[in-house]
Amino acid sequence: MRTVTVVGASLAGLYAARELRAQGFDGRLVIVGDETHGPYDRPPLSKDYLTGRAGEEGLALTDAEERAELDAEWLLGVRAGGLDARGRTVVLGDGRTVCTDGVVVATGASARTLGGGRRTGVHTLRTLDDARALRAELTGGERRVVIVGGGFVGAETASSCAALGHTVTVVESAPLPLVPQLGAEMAAVCAALHRRNGVALVTGASVAALHGTTAVTSVELTDGRTLPADVVVVGIGATPNTAWLAGSPLALNDGVLCDDGCATALPQVVAVGDVARVGGTRAEHWTAATRQPRAAVTNLLAGHTVADARSVPYFWSDQYGVRLQFTGRRREGDTVRVTEGEVADGAPGEDGFLARYERDGRTTAVLTANRPRSFMRARRELAREIHGVPA
Amino acid sequence: MIPVCRLEDLPKGESARVGTIPPIAVFHTDDGDLYAIDDTCSHQDASLSEGWLEGCLVECPLHAASFDLRTGRPTCLPARRPVRTHRVTVDDGFVHVHLAAEENAVEQTAVRHNGVRHNAVEQNAVEQDNAA
Repeated sequence: MRTVTVVGASLAGLYAARELRAQGFDGRLVIVGDETHGPYDRPPLSKDYLTGRAGEEGLALTDAEERAELDAEWLLGVRAGGLDARGRTVVLGDGRTVCTDGVVVATGASARTLGGGRRTGVHTLRTLDDARALRAELTGGERRVVIVGGGFVGAETASSCAALGHTVTVVESAPLPLVPQLGAEMAAVCAALHRRNGVALVTGASVAALHGTTAVTSVELTDGRTLPADVVVVGIGATPNTAWLAGSPLALNDGVLCDDGCATALPQVVAVGDVARVGGTRAEHWTAATRQPRAAVTNLLAGHTVADARSVPYFWSDQYGVRLQFTGRRREGDTVRVTEGEVADGAPGEDGFLARYERDGRTTAVLTANRPRSFMRARRELAREIHGVPA
Repeated sequence: MIPVCRLEDLPKGESARVGTIPPIAVFHTDDGDLYAIDDTCSHQDASLSEGWLEGCLVECPLHAASFDLRTGRPTCLPARRPVRTHRVTVDDGFVHVHLAAEENAVEQTAVRHNGVRHNAVEQNAVEQDNAA
């Protein structure tokens, strides 16, 4: 291969570029990114960046020294518009084309929106520009903030807004947030964090309409209630950015369909990160985006799948001073047992807890609150049990 | 010089966190060496004293960045910047950390001569205590 194009300049794209060089690819490396910013880390956007504890300088994933080593052509601020039938030409949104021998698809996902017209005060939180705009709105005195969606982005944003002194309501359409991720029992424990920290949690209701002519003034819910709002943050998930691949031979179904090694329907195209459905799973996890590129690049350079990109899922979330860490694959019906610390009054106890999800006497997953050391040990044990290697 | 704890309260394989600003992590390795580094991972807000200690390396509990306790340098991503290292001594069975900033003059000499900062405890002290 003489040219490899990495489409996507965020976490997974950068890691893919690093892997290409680390695995000996010394040809032309092109990195395309739709944002004008170089690669940056998104997890702090809803946490320390939003509260002002951390600035933008801490978000950069790379520096001039590394960029020089990578020796890549960075095409930033331009969206990929298409991939030709052979996967040999990436068409850019501005009409330019990049002829290439290999492609790494790392276009990520975009925040879902509510639709229904634009109003000021309504935000999503996915990109640095999103976070800048939201942060600016949260610095001008106390606001009534309505968070739509009680998932991790919603919960962390609620936590940050509460820490800044705003009045916060979280609206979740399901009877309880985070059930798909944590199961009902532990989801209830995490949901209790909202109330314990003075944040109202409305469940079983979704948004019927946003009101306000130019700026949002209130959120009307499907249960008939209307919540006054100065700021609305919509955290209702993300859609993989695959529109540019429509018409290409790649199979698309809520992501780019890949085998266990991130290989797509075209031998010289691999996909990594939030956009990739690897072995049937699309994991929107930071860790997946940093781990998949190694195997993906190996397979790209080999021309067929020789390495497995799957690893035991891991994600974390910081909310209300509690660090939640989860690893494993839980399934419906797993029993949950708190084996360290305690759940007190339905919420994480003062010293946190470690909960094991179990099936047939085996641990399938582990959730901890403020128990990083116990979590590390459990994570290694679980990875060894599942894959025979430490995490 | 910051008193940390009695050496017997910091068994091999364990770590202690000193709540200074910024906080310091002190490690007692399985080989019996003591090291101190800045506790906060240079990548993101996580406490390295909660990390996974293996030999002279500690792995961050949040994103698995790894640091060499001898140099403070990251040995793998996502960390790219080093953490500061601090000298550790054991006096009368009590572990002390000597902040790098306080030891600037000494440090500079050490760096010039050796290329790396030495922050391992004097072997005598450890061996004495292990024997005891």
